[in-house]
Amino acid sequence: MSDEQPPAEEAPVDAPVDAPVEATVESAEEVTVEPTVEPRSRFSGVLREITTGGAAISVFAVVLALIAGAVLIAVTDTGVQRAAGYFFSRPGDTLSAIWDSVSGAYVSLFQGSVVNFRRPGFENAIRPFFSTLAFATPLIAAGLGVAIGFRAGLFNIGGRGQMIIAAALAGWVGFSFDLPAGVHLVVALAAGMAGAAIWSGLAGFLRATTGAHEVITTIMLNYVAFYFISYLLRHQGLLQAPGSNNPKSAAMNPTAVFPKLLGDRYPLTIGFLLVIAATIFTWWLLNRSNLGFQFRAIGENPRAARVAGINVKRMYVYSMLIGGALIGLAGANQVQGVITTGFTSGIDAGIGFDAITVALLGRSRPWGVFAAGILFGAFKAGGFSMQAAQGIPVDIVLVVQSLIVLFIAAPPLVRAVFRLPDPLTVSRVKAPRSRSKKVVTR
Amino acid sequence: MSAITQPAPVGVAHLTRAVVKSWKAPFALAVFAALSALLFWGFARDGVSTFQLSTSSDAIQLPHLVLPTRATGIVISVVLIAMAVWAFVLVRRAIRVPLWFTSLFAVLFLVVFLAWVSAGDTLPVPGLLVGTVALSAPLIFGALSGVICERGGVVNIAIEGQLLAGAFVAALVGSITGSAYVGLLGAMIAGMLVSFVLAAFSIKYFVDQIIVGVVLNVLVAGLTSFLYSTVLTRSPALNNPPQFPRIRIPGLSEIPLLGPVLFRQTIIVYIMYFTVVAVWFGMFHTKWGLRLRSTGEHPQAADTVGINVNRTRFWNVSLAGVIAGMGGAFYTLTSVGAFNKEMTNGAGFIALAAVIFGGWRPLQATLAALLFGFASNLQNVLAVSGSPVPSEFMLMLPYIVTIFAVAGLVGKVRMPAADGKPYIKS
Repeated sequence: MSDEQPPAEEAPVDAPVDAPVEATVESAEEVTVEPTVEPRSRFSGVLREITTGGAAISVFAVVLALIAGAVLIAVTDTGVQRAAGYFFSRPGDTLSAIWDSVSGAYVSLFQGSVVNFRRPGFENAIRPFFSTLAFATPLIAAGLGVAIGFRAGLFNIGGRGQMIIAAALAGWVGFSFDLPAGVHLVVALAAGMAGAAIWSGLAGFLRATTGAHEVITTIMLNYVAFYFISYLLRHQGLLQAPGSNNPKSAAMNPTAVFPKLLGDRYPLTIGFLLVIAATIFTWWLLNRSNLGFQFRAIGENPRAARVAGINVKRMYVYSMLIGGALIGLAGANQVQGVITTGFTSGIDAGIGFDAITVALLGRSRPWGVFAAGILFGAFKAGGFSMQAAQGIPVDIVLVVQSLIVLFIAAPPLVRAVFRLPDPLTVSRVKAPRSRSKKVVTR
Repeated sequence: MSAITQPAPVGVAHLTRAVVKSWKAPFALAVFAALSALLFWGFARDGVSTFQLSTSSDAIQLPHLVLPTRATGIVISVVLIAMAVWAFVLVRRAIRVPLWFTSLFAVLFLVVFLAWVSAGDTLPVPGLLVGTVALSAPLIFGALSGVICERGGVVNIAIEGQLLAGAFVAALVGSITGSAYVGLLGAMIAGMLVSFVLAAFSIKYFVDQIIVGVVLNVLVAGLTSFLYSTVLTRSPALNNPPQFPRIRIPGLSEIPLLGPVLFRQTIIVYIMYFTVVAVWFGMFHTKWGLRLRSTGEHPQAADTVGINVNRTRFWNVSLAGVIAGMGGAFYTLTSVGAFNKEMTNGAGFIALAAVIFGGWRPLQATLAALLFGFASNLQNVLAVSGSPVPSEFMLMLPYIVTIFAVAGLVGKVRMPAADGKPYIKS
């Protein structure tokens, strides 16, 4: 299981793979056809790349997932169900009811996540966009952490536990110490990141020394962290707020809270800047540094990496440590930027698991994770406004998100649905077979 | 995994036998023995521990088992330490610590722990065990599902989704038709549908199996939660499935202690017994099992002898979905009674841990699932009777034990060689 490098190998839809193939086709044509044809053939190559390459697949996958979500919304809508009762006498009613429910849902999704012009003034209309970025902040950070694990061939399901530990440590530093403004913030953040790194590194250490599978150990450490912090939150003198009976901590000191970037009107904090920095760092780490090269090497083929002189066991520990620190950034952001009034053991808010889908959607590429995090942040922000405005449960967002990842992971399926031409790749993808047969899943 | 056999040098006249010494098992035993000793020297508790062995409804009443806490603890701790030492001696002589030895050690450790916990109190053993079966049943179904999939070379992370889909459809179909049996059938089909998606994407489109599994869990959780919030809450009659009655097996159900635990259960539990045995027997003693294992170990070889690898995988993944679906039905048709959002609550991941803990073997995976069920039920029982350990630490215990076990005891098992690797015929 771990020897498999999940998303990184899915290269066939990437443009660089296409390019040399196109070149060979062109050069083959040039032998027989006049050179004046060359610009046209290049243009058609570009066109084909746009319509069949990675970007198109992503867009079509989103479209497919939104269509599936629309079907769900329409089917469960009471207005549609009522109108469908007399479908054969007045089919128009049913269709308009479907249109009302679906368009209402997606319009409010858009208004809740990008821009809402019904609000007075531009600065109010644009507010949803910044709440999208705020929702995206921890998703990106944790997604980067999971992605580093993926690139090293490790599957870190322990985002939840690592975030809880990070939140608890950052929170503890945040409310129990009195430090100067800037220092306090940094110390709390560092404590959280270090805690999560150790919690995650523990799984890496066990993997390296005993061969214990990281999928099991990280799942188990999730529960251990959850119950441990629950215990601390239930007892006075540990993490519980003084004089309180609730399993909740005290509020953060203002000196440890992330300052807002654009004033109190927008929820965006410097956490987002930190996440941009983390993305750049991850990109540098994976693509430019020696350490990242070793991570990718053990992810691609641990045996070959060992033969090449890479200390595989040590890399397991290092990649889990660094990935854990990034997940810790997400956890610290929860207490320092999002919920600063004291935390409970549910502080991770499911982000640890969402991060896995974010990393998958981003194909474990740092900027891909960044984009995926913003998309999922938009879904999250819009989902809540959709629930408030249209009464559509926010769970629909989970359905759409997971369908997007599923479709993007299977380009032949999307091509089959939209009858897109197959790119002339010499890849392993068995597109022709898939188009000839019916799709089993739909 | 970590113990690497050094092959004997080729061409040398006298071939030396490779000797593998794994110090993990004795080390782990020593840790637990030390833990037991610590409990009785460091945190000694006085009084007597009473184990209630029969319920009032039993035909044959067993007397309460009364153990003086301190004496029991000291005696068993000494035995445990001796066993750990013996394990060191065995490994020193290059003999593997046998499974029965570890099992006996585990049982003794359990007794000493229970005696310590229930000092000055009465521990209802039948209730503890009955609850264990109830909590373990979905885990066992899920673990069997995982074992079948992974033995065939498909990693099944989607157990959670299969359980959840089974639970939802069982509640819905059971409520509509008014028959728990039809509900069970619906759950099996629901589990199979989830499996179809897993199989289609991983076998046909070669999508990474872990990705599909994770995403399927999210998809099923979102789908069932959405439908629960819209359909089931709007008309509660759709979430009121009939329950399976408890069936007493005449004769067997009157066996002291074991009878009420094993033979006063619902039909799903009896199906579970059958499934465990059938999967074990089928996997190691039939043509089906041999073919399944060969596709998971060496698909090229299997293909060479005429086994259609991908078709075998597809239908076995589907079969695994059927089994996991039944585990989901257990929630809504027996133990809980109605569907709730994300009611499986991570059971699928625990089942996955049981698969690996059990070394990809059906019987051992079942035992591991029972261990998890026992531990979480022990916490429930102790929460009622009051325990010296904070409930959070009791809840944590199975997970810590698992980490220890995976790191120490199970380190040597090997996953199916082609697990997680799609078979692409060239």
